[in-house]
Amino acid sequence: MSTSASAPRTLYDKIFDDHVVSRQEDGTCLLYIDRHLVHEVTSPQAFEGLRMTGRQVRAPHKTLAVVDHNVPTTDRSLPNPDPESAAQIAALAENVKEFGIEYYDGFDRRQGVVHVVGPEQGFTLPGTTIVCGDSHTSTHGAFGALAHGIGTSEVEHVLATQTLIQKKAKNMRVTVDGQLPEGVGAKDVVLAIIGTIGTAGGTGYVIEYAGDTIRDLSMEGRMTVCNMSIEGGARAGLVAPDEKAFAYLKDRPKSPRGADWDAAIRYWETLRTDPGAFFDTEIRLDGASLPPIVSWGTSPEDVISVEGLVPDPDLIEDEVKRGAKKRALAYMGLTAGTKITDIALDRVFIGSCTNGRIEDLRQAAHMIGGQKVNARVSAMVVPGSGLVKAQAEAEGLDLIFKEAGFEWREPGCSMCLAMNPDRLSPEERCASTSNRNFEGRQGFKGRTHLVSPAMAAAAAIAGRFVDVRNWPHAA
Amino acid sequence: MEKFTVLEGVAAPMKLVNVDTDMIIPKQYLKTIQRTGLGKGLFSEMRYNEDGSENLDFVLNQPAYRNAKVLVAGDNFGCGSSREHAPWALLDFGIRCVISTGFADIFYNNCFKNGILPIVVSPEELEKLFEDAERGANATLTVDLGAQEIRGPDGGAISFEIDPFRKRCLMEGLDDIGLTLEKETSITGFEAGMKTDRPWL
Repeated sequence: MSTSASAPRTLYDKIFDDHVVSRQEDGTCLLYIDRHLVHEVTSPQAFEGLRMTGRQVRAPHKTLAVVDHNVPTTDRSLPNPDPESAAQIAALAENVKEFGIEYYDGFDRRQGVVHVVGPEQGFTLPGTTIVCGDSHTSTHGAFGALAHGIGTSEVEHVLATQTLIQKKAKNMRVTVDGQLPEGVGAKDVVLAIIGTIGTAGGTGYVIEYAGDTIRDLSMEGRMTVCNMSIEGGARAGLVAPDEKAFAYLKDRPKSPRGADWDAAIRYWETLRTDPGAFFDTEIRLDGASLPPIVSWGTSPEDVISVEGLVPDPDLIEDEVKRGAKKRALAYMGLTAGTKITDIALDRVFIGSCTNGRIEDLRQAAHMIGGQKVNARVSAMVVPGSGLVKAQAEAEGLDLIFKEAGFEWREPGCSMCLAMNPDRLSPEERCASTSNRNFEGRQGFKGRTHLVSPAMAAAAAIAGRFVDVRNWPHAA
Repeated sequence: MEKFTVLEGVAAPMKLVNVDTDMIIPKQYLKTIQRTGLGKGLFSEMRYNEDGSENLDFVLNQPAYRNAKVLVAGDNFGCGSSREHAPWALLDFGIRCVISTGFADIFYNNCFKNGILPIVVSPEELEKLFEDAERGANATLTVDLGAQEIRGPDGGAISFEIDPFRKRCLMEGLDDIGLTLEKETSITGFEAGMKTDRPWL
């Protein structure tokens, strides 16, 4: 661990060092938290804790609340069909009022998935520490913010103290170089990384993503990559902020302005890993040789090229791992040796904090080319936020989707975790742009294949997986 | 938070790797605004059949393990979401110690906030513990946090590492927030410094 200010430091070291309030002899630190995002599922018990102990929210203006997990994606003027969801949403509305926190409710046009909203509002800024009671908080690392998920006890801790008790993680650098082939994007990059390091590969680390493939990604693409750091086991992922990040943030509602903006830029430009800084682990991938990727099992590490075959678990030596992969195949209703492009689908979901941004919807719409959704498939598009939805509608993307037969929904987490009515029925098979293919994730006994927005859109048309590099219909 | 000093009880073996938080507590149980009562939802998709009856093949439904206090599980336990409902569900069921070769970071951290001790052991030690656990109620384990060791039914002991600060918090049942608020002067000082160094925040 680098503690001296003169030794070369990683980007993670720098952000961590700049937020240490106090340090114990054993290395346990009190870390200052600049930004706290709150949603309805992981916060009620935290607010209740504050009430029971008579504590206040220390910095309400550094806290932003939004409803996302439980909201229906259908007409919101109708009552929420689930009374428990409605109660949880009502609890958030009461809590933010009592504790004086800014809140985007289900009728606010800024409402959306918390990790889409933060950057959109300029609440997410480079060099900040950001937490949220949600593991996909790693998304915000795309801006060079140290951002990670926390549990509800820690949500209460941050509300009360604006700090977190932390020990420094290890440094990992994942370098991806080379130009991605046409049709291959950020989602394929991160699925390939998880396939390489495994779902526990990043445990105990903060990952910095580097290399020209990462630099060439849009901010949306970098968010997709950082978002799924947690699926590789890392609590946080980072990309050094550059002109692209600054351009994205300029003039956002909560971005700094005037002299503050200039001062911020001067600081943000220092946020890069020094030459010679130490990484505990280094991983390299060749971006130019990456294919479109599809998950076949029930762990995000179960990934393979769209040109591949469902793998044979009998070839795995380790007994426990072999058992796990056999269980995954049985759950998924797949046979080893099946071509990925022979897998037929029932549902397609395009959305989530991984792939619910404007660029994702553009890429999906681009694949449609006047075709119709396959008669066997039910497909839906759920924009990541009200502002993404409005932008897509201004560009006419909603019409492209609707004319093809996709449902065009209101923003929220939706079928990524199926807390609202959007969910799979048992044994339904879904091509999903979300982040987890766990058993039951999208609905009891539902079968999830993780893919990019382009792959999901093409699969909706074809009714099975297709290689988007050879897709003739792209507009 | 309840103190954790010495725990004696039956250990249930769960020979699965990558047990994720969706498995531990599925999403339909996340709509609660309480911390308690989640035990009924623990591992519910594996524990219950579609008609709501108990799946008798599932380890925690077997007579020997219904009152298990320790869970012995495969690598990367608790991966997935940050939901603290996962440790709340384990605790509500009665499990106060989970032993594996590895844990996901957020789950590991959440355990300590709820008086649950997660213990990391080597693959060989895990095998031994699986064997002990498979003997059911005839083989209780003793987990001694002060001595940092797991004592098996046959007199053998496995020692384990734990962060000293976390150990102290567990053994004394300390309230994190109370501890941090003792450093309020430092927090206020840090905020004052930020006004100069990073005024845009």
